[in-house]
Amino acid sequence: MATQVFKIADSFRKDVKYSFCPGCDHGVAIRLVAEVLDELGLREKTILAASIGCSVTAYDFLNVDSIEAPHGRALAEATGVKRARPDKFVFTYQGDGDFASIGLAESMHAALRGENLSAICINNTTYGMTGGQLGPTTLLGQVTTTSPTGRNIEYYGYPIKIAEHIALCDGTAFSARVSLDTIANIRKAKQAIKKAFEVQIKGLGFGFVEILSTCPTNWKMTPQQAHERVRNEMMPIFKPGIYKDVTAES
Amino acid sequence: MSHIVIDENRCKACYLCIDECPKKLIKIGEKTNNLGAHLAEFNDPNHECLGCAMCATRCPDLAITAVYKD
Repeated sequence: MATQVFKIADSFRKDVKYSFCPGCDHGVAIRLVAEVLDELGLREKTILAASIGCSVTAYDFLNVDSIEAPHGRALAEATGVKRARPDKFVFTYQGDGDFASIGLAESMHAALRGENLSAICINNTTYGMTGGQLGPTTLLGQVTTTSPTGRNIEYYGYPIKIAEHIALCDGTAFSARVSLDTIANIRKAKQAIKKAFEVQIKGLGFGFVEILSTCPTNWKMTPQQAHERVRNEMMPIFKPGIYKDVTAES
Repeated sequence: MSHIVIDENRCKACYLCIDECPKKLIKIGEKTNNLGAHLAEFNDPNHECLGCAMCATRCPDLAITAVYKD
């Protein structure tokens, strides 16, 4: 008798299919979130603060209550929700442009205040939904539609390393960077998301996971080449790892 | 018998699952989606599937909706 070892999580809406481009790792990230919500039994008490960008569509696929925030303000909105309803589980699912460019103040101050929230940031080094413009995490030398000769230091400055910055905030309980380029890394990513959710349940503070993802359409690559790029170009700069974990320190 | 279930309506033909299968049981099939791309197809005549679920873990579109293992 065969046993089922993989199934679609209950926190995932089974009647819809992803609107992402073929090979986009957003799909894997949202699936991992749904699986963790299932495993922690949080679905019925979760409120998702949605962002702007490709990541906004998370509310179409996750079978949880959600509210929409203006661009970058998901964590400001989540702060209000959590303070009004501290019994609820509140998290945000954002892209790098949303989290670290237009919403950097909101994101950083949520971590500095030590808000009891969880945040997930998808880092694909570009603004995916609007056509591949230069974002805060665009790598040096990377060609985008708004940096046609490649990102240079003199004109555009350096990319931001989000997980390290969030880890420096005293209110942060957990900060990690993970990748989705291999099966082993996908499993590690799930563990990190679980940890970021657990610190909120325990009331320890701000839980954060940065996920290195792909954007095959705007990178003008096949899905396979996009994972190669994550491995060879992104991971040496954005090093995966756990940058802060108060549960391990204590 | 270990096997996987592919939902053809969800598959977007990115072929990431083909690289992950340790037994190379997933191939580019004859059927096409509404964009004309050939869908991934599971073909296991000798019952070699391990039920490792690596294809389902990789699939970014949840097109592999279930994996059964003996």
